[in-house]
Amino acid sequence: MVLKKGGFSVRGVREWLEAPAADVAERGGRLNVLRGAVARVTTPLLPDDYLHLANPLWSARELRGRIVEVRKETADSATLVIKPGWGFDWKYEPGQYIGIGILIDGRWHWRSYSLTCPPNWTDPEHGSKRLISIAVKAMPEGFLSSHLVSGVAAGTIVRLAAPQGGFVLPFPPPEKVLFLTAGSGITPVMSMLRAMDRRDRVTDVVHVHSARTDDDVMFRAELRDMHDRHPSFSSHLQLTSEQGKFSLAELDEQFPDWRERQTWACGPAAMLDEIEHHWRDADIADRLHVERFEIERSAVGEGGTVTFGKTGRSAEVDGATSLLEAGESAGVQMPFGCRMGICQTCVVTITSGHTRDLRNGDERREGDKVQTCISAAAGDCTLDV
Amino acid sequence: MAITDIKAFAHLTAADIETLGQELDSIRRSVELSRGEQDAKYIRRTIAAQRALEVAGRAVLFGSRNRWAWLGGTALLSVAKIIENMELGHNISHGQWDWMNDPEIHSSSWEWDMTGPSSQWRRAHNYSHHTYTNVLGKDEDLGFGILRMTRDEEWRPVHLVQPFANVLLAATFEWGIALHDWDIEKQLSGTPKQLMSEPNKEFARKITRQVAKDFVFYPALTGPAWKSTLKANATANFVRNLWAYAVIFCGHFPDGAEKFTVEQLEGETSGEWYLRQMLGSANFKAGPVMAFMSGNLCYQIEHHLFPDLPSNRYSEVAVRVRELCDKYDLPYTTGSLGKQYLLAFRTIHKLALPDRFLRRTADDAPETSSERKFAGISMPTMPSMPNTERWADRWNETHWLPVDPETGQRRGLRSALNEAKVVLKEKARHEKEVLREAKVALQEKARQEQATLRRKAARERALRRIRRKR
Ligand code: FES
Repeated sequence: MVLKKGGFSVRGVREWLEAPAADVAERGGRLNVLRGAVARVTTPLLPDDYLHLANPLWSARELRGRIVEVRKETADSATLVIKPGWGFDWKYEPGQYIGIGILIDGRWHWRSYSLTCPPNWTDPEHGSKRLISIAVKAMPEGFLSSHLVSGVAAGTIVRLAAPQGGFVLPFPPPEKVLFLTAGSGITPVMSMLRAMDRRDRVTDVVHVHSARTDDDVMFRAELRDMHDRHPSFSSHLQLTSEQGKFSLAELDEQFPDWRERQTWACGPAAMLDEIEHHWRDADIADRLHVERFEIERSAVGEGGTVTFGKTGRSAEVDGATSLLEAGESAGVQMPFGCRMGICQTCVVTITSGHTRDLRNGDERREGDKVQTCISAAAGDCTLDV
Repeated sequence: MAITDIKAFAHLTAADIETLGQELDSIRRSVELSRGEQDAKYIRRTIAAQRALEVAGRAVLFGSRNRWAWLGGTALLSVAKIIENMELGHNISHGQWDWMNDPEIHSSSWEWDMTGPSSQWRRAHNYSHHTYTNVLGKDEDLGFGILRMTRDEEWRPVHLVQPFANVLLAATFEWGIALHDWDIEKQLSGTPKQLMSEPNKEFARKITRQVAKDFVFYPALTGPAWKSTLKANATANFVRNLWAYAVIFCGHFPDGAEKFTVEQLEGETSGEWYLRQMLGSANFKAGPVMAFMSGNLCYQIEHHLFPDLPSNRYSEVAVRVRELCDKYDLPYTTGSLGKQYLLAFRTIHKLALPDRFLRRTADDAPETSSERKFAGISMPTMPSMPNTERWADRWNETHWLPVDPETGQRRGLRSALNEAKVVLKEKARHEKEVLREAKVALQEKARQEQATLRRKAARERALRRIRRKR
């Protein structure tokens, strides 16, 4: 309200002006006063709804980005360089990931990928504008990753979610660091290495990376170059088709000081399990940081534990119980209407895991909105209620 | 009483209804499976075109002191508002485009350019109306609370002003809908009396913004043209209101859009639900442009069967639904826009009158009928209403041949309705005939009596003469 306690206050006026744009508050930044003011005549829309028809990046309603380059890394992986639109949060840390949505056959598909660029990265090749990059490896069953590696063209518009994740390298970096990666697990670490390189703070870093063959090593040339330029950085490649799996027992021989190092590990689940065990046995679990990539394919489960995020309750259900019933049985106040899939009153967002549409078996995943009255849990999942 | 037993009314067995339901499910599934890039393009283009029309209209209105600019701007704005309401707001809020997974074109976030907040409308419309379509006392859209649209509703003196109420509703349709939804929202949220309840605040916020936009800010922006801009905005809203009203009334109130009682809801199967949607709504004939401008609600039947399938697919769904109607011999209520509206119009005016002025009952009126309609016809000797509970089933079994013995065609509701029409006509003709004959007989009797009287009088006169002579 403008009038506060019998008088005008600047803050009151500001709040009133911004009110129509309140939903984009975090992303809108300083433009929000203007946005709110113009929205008085564009209501119920925001000016962004008109502007983004001219340029999809001119909207802070939802974060969008444009792919400016698709660079092949290996036969089955590629780096995507993206120019984010209005409202992107540039305060990310090396090692974090972002959500990215790609439009295929009219439907947006949503996945998360690690950023591979250092913070505030600019590229002279692209007009020295701030950009971000991710690297994607095509998974045999991953329909989206294959599409990203071989199917997307520069110029494509994507949806973006703010960077997040706790798998980050602090600054200044620790004196002694160990990176253990395999396959596409190298991507978040690449961001960390590039950040150290850019800030010229490469401490004593050992990187052990496993890949099947020499051709499968992502960023191979760059790793070699860094290895050559920074005496304190050593890159070790384990080519598993020739040398077999890297055994953790070798750590003692090759890097006897591994226990003193802060370790970041990322790769397949089995490898991470083994590493966690090893570190726990050595009683230095607090020096280990791991990042587990979500498996791209669904857990294909039937039923599971449904967690209701906001209320903190949960329910154990089978694959035939609707999420709505699950919530109600757990005492959660679920929105509902027709209970037969026609009114959309019961729609909520999945924050993690997968669900299945009981009518047609379609799968929905993290980030999607589902009608809880006709969806069931497909494995464990969390709902935003 | 409106339909209490949809099986008996539709002349279908439980098994028939179940198969019908499965066939409709498979139509739904095939559309779901084939949704894709083309459909997504359709809605995105529609959005872009609507925005462009609106911007153009608003821009032209800056020169609205000129008559032609006023007309052009108002026309552009009216069309933009119609598309915004019908093809965008209504359909997106139904979740027709949720499958695209685009947060900006999603039922949970779309807000439309109408007085009422989308969220309140979604609850009232998507839930109350679409779940309980045409069920008396459950579907609040039946007459929108102010009109008496079926003889099942008791006549009250207030209904005398119905013709006037109808005009008022048409002219201020967005307000009618907004108030209606607001009321339902307050009931549903359990805060009907609280002043500072969430529904109230949301409603107030939306009204303020909408009214301020069209009647304060835009006119102010156009400076010296403020007066003509104001008029243009009011006109555009008015035009949109009339159109939306006409489309809605043509979809729900022409003859043949049946009403149901709560009894029908008890234990309703999904097949019966489909059937109720099919028999409860009506289409009107439209070419591609009209279909688009009505938000594809000229396919109201298809929309009620599949409220969340993309609107651009209704025309192809309609072909398949019609095939099913032929197969099960069910009526497919449609007609020209004018005809459908006139039928609704007639009902509005007829039902403004008390029942004693109406010839038919809620069982065989043109706008509402029930399974009892067929009873009175084939058993003319029976008292007007049979008293056994399941008479309809028995009657169907004993009197109705589900298959035509000559052609082998299924004989369902459509045939029954046609036959009922013939029989009713025949009955009326017969009654008239009897009346005429009775009248003739009476006249004849009167004539004879008169003749007798005359003869008697003549005789008496003669007698008197004779007596005098003596
Ligand atoms: S409650 Fe109506 S769609 Fe789920």
